[in-house]
Amino acid sequence: MSTTIDEARGAGRRPGDAIFKGTAVGAALVILLALAGVAVFLLYEGVPGILGAREETGSSFVAYVWPLVYGTLVAAVIALVIATPLAFAMALVISHYAPKRLAKPLGYIVDLLAAVPSVVYGVWGITVLGPQLVPMYRWLAETVPWIPFFAGPASTTGRTIFTAGVVLAIMVLPIVTAICREIFAQTPTLHQEAALALGATRWEMIRMTVFPYARSGMISAVMLGLGRALGETMAVALVLSASGVITLNFISNTNPSTIAANIALRFPEATGLAVNILIASGLVLFAITFAVNFAARAIAGRSARRMSR
Amino acid sequence: MTQTLEKPSASRDAMPLSGPRLPAAAPYVVGVAALAVGVGVGLILGGGVIAMGVLAAVTFIVGLTVWAWALEGRRGGVDRLATSVVWSAFLVALVPLLSLVWTVLSNGLPALSPEFFTYSMRGVIGDEQGGIYHALIGTLLITLGAAVISIPVGVMTAIYIVEYGRTAKLAKAITFLVDVMTGIPSIVAGLFAYALFVLIFGPGIRMGFGGSVALSLLMIPIVVRATEEMLKLVPDELREAAYALGVPKWRTIVKVVLPTSLSGILTGVTLAVARVIGETAPLLIIAGSTDSVNFNLFADRMQTLPVFIYYSYTQPGVPPEFGQERAWGAALVLIAIVMGLNLLARLVGKIFAPKTGR
Repeated sequence: MSTTIDEARGAGRRPGDAIFKGTAVGAALVILLALAGVAVFLLYEGVPGILGAREETGSSFVAYVWPLVYGTLVAAVIALVIATPLAFAMALVISHYAPKRLAKPLGYIVDLLAAVPSVVYGVWGITVLGPQLVPMYRWLAETVPWIPFFAGPASTTGRTIFTAGVVLAIMVLPIVTAICREIFAQTPTLHQEAALALGATRWEMIRMTVFPYARSGMISAVMLGLGRALGETMAVALVLSASGVITLNFISNTNPSTIAANIALRFPEATGLAVNILIASGLVLFAITFAVNFAARAIAGRSARRMSR
Repeated sequence: MTQTLEKPSASRDAMPLSGPRLPAAAPYVVGVAALAVGVGVGLILGGGVIAMGVLAAVTFIVGLTVWAWALEGRRGGVDRLATSVVWSAFLVALVPLLSLVWTVLSNGLPALSPEFFTYSMRGVIGDEQGGIYHALIGTLLITLGAAVISIPVGVMTAIYIVEYGRTAKLAKAITFLVDVMTGIPSIVAGLFAYALFVLIFGPGIRMGFGGSVALSLLMIPIVVRATEEMLKLVPDELREAAYALGVPKWRTIVKVVLPTSLSGILTGVTLAVARVIGETAPLLIIAGSTDSVNFNLFADRMQTLPVFIYYSYTQPGVPPEFGQERAWGAALVLIAIVMGLNLLARLVGKIFAPKTGR
C-alpha cells in the first residue's frame, strides 16, 4: 500500500522521504556489514593462528582446541541438565500455579536473576557456592566412586567443572524461564477449560493441553539457553581451576577449560601468534553457538508456521 | 461424606457428587510436620542447614503425596506431587539469588564510603584508601559510546523492517541476522573489536572506544527487537490518517509513529543498556585494565567496573583482604546500577506512555 503512495507522489517531490528511507536502509546495511565483519575479521586474524599453531604450541590447532570444545560442551550440558527442569517448574509456577496477584512479582524476581552481571556470579561461585559443594563432592567420591563422573579425588576448593556448571545453570535459568513462561501463557484458554471440565486435575490439564502446545517452544528455549551457556565467559573463568585435560571426572582438581574462559584468561597476557590462536578458538566458539542458535530458531519457526495453519 | 459411601445407595439423592478431598489446610499441616521432622532429625544426627532443608522438603513432598493418594486416589496423589515438586523447584531456584544478594550486601557495604566513589586506584598499596572512580568513569563513557552507536542504528533498522520492508527480501534477511546477532557470545564480540582495531592501529591495541564497538554489537539486536515490537503495535489507522492528510511518509513516522511508541522504545533501550553495562569479557580484551583515570575514549587502556571486580578479586595484592573488599564494594555498586536501570526502564515506560485523551 505504502509503495503505491510513494509512486503516485513521485520520488523527486519528496526529498525528505528519500533521505529518510535511505538512512533506514543504511542502518539495516550496517548490521549486515557488522555481521560480515565479525566473520571476516575473525577469519583474517584467526587463520594465521590455525596454520601456525604447531610452531607456537607444538601441536596442531585441532589438538589445541579439542579439549576446550569438550570442556565447553560438558559445562553447558551440566548447566542445562540442572537448569531445564527448574526453568520449566518456575515458568509453570508463574503461568499456572501462582495466584494472579503473586505471579507478576514472582516474574520480576526471576528477571532480577538475569540482571546480575556474570562477573558477580563468578565471584559468588568461588566464595560461596564452591565451598558449599565441597562436602557433597567428598560424599560422592567416597560413596559412588564407580560412577566415572564422581571418581574423585574430591576437590577441596570446590572449583570444579560441576560447580561451574551449577553457576551457568543459575545464569541460564532466567532466559529459559522467560521464554517458557510466555509460551505457557499462550496456551488457548478453551483447551485448558475443556480439560478441566472433563474432570482433569490441574496436573493432567497441564500435561494434556499446555505441554503439547508448548513443546517446540520449550525445545527452542532450551537450545537458546544452551547457546548462552556455551558462550558464557567470566563465571567459568573465575570459578574453574582449569588444567586443559579431557576427563569425565566432574569433581576433581583437574578440569577441562572452556573456549571462552580460556580466551579471557590468556588474552590479556598473550602476544604475537598466541593472540591469533585465541582468536581462531573464538571463531570455533562462534561457529558452535551459531549452529545451536540456528537450530533453535528453525525449531521455533517451524512450530510457528504449524500453529498459524 | 464417607458415611454416604457406606450406606447402600438407595436413591439418587444419596449419590455423592464429589470424591473425598484433602482439607484446605492440608499443605500447611504437612509443611509444619515436615519442617519439624527435618529440623528434629537434623539436630539429632547433626546435619547442616542445607541437609535439614532437603530432608524437610522430601518429607513434605512424600507426606502430602501419600496422604492425597490414600484419600483422593492415584490421580489426586499425582496432582499433589506435581504441585509440590513444581513449587519446591521454584523455591530451590530462588536460594542462589537470595544467597548472592546477601553475600554481595554483607561483603560490599563495609567498602562503601564517599572516598570509594571519588578515589582511583593509582598508586594504591595495601590498605591505603582506593576507590572505583576510574572504573565508574570508564563504564560510563564506554557504555555511553555503545549507546550512541547502537540506538540510532537499532531504531532506524527497526523502522526499516517495520515501515519500509514488510515484504522485502532484505528485511527478512536482516530479521534473521538480528536473531544471529542475539546469539553472539560476548567474548566473540570483544575479539571482533580487537581484530578490527588491530587492522587499523596495529597489534596490542587497547582502547575504550573498542569496548564501545564490542558492546554495541551486543546491544543493537536488543534495541532492534524492542523497537520492532513497539512499532508493530502502532495501529495502521494512525498511519493512514496521516497519509490522508497529505503528510509525507517520513513525517508520519517521525511525528506519529515514533511518539506513539516512544515509551516502549525508551524502555527497551534502557533495558539494553542495563544488559551490556555488566559485560566483562569484551572489555577485558579490548579496553584492558588500568589503575588511573582516563577520560579519553580514543586512547589508552580504560578501567571499567566489571573488569575492576575481576582483577581486584583475582589479583587483590598483598594482603588480599583489601583488594577483595573493594571487589565486593564494586560488585554492589554494579548490581545497584543494573537494578536501578531496570527500575528506571519500568518507570520510563509508565511516564512516556501515550496519552489516550480520556
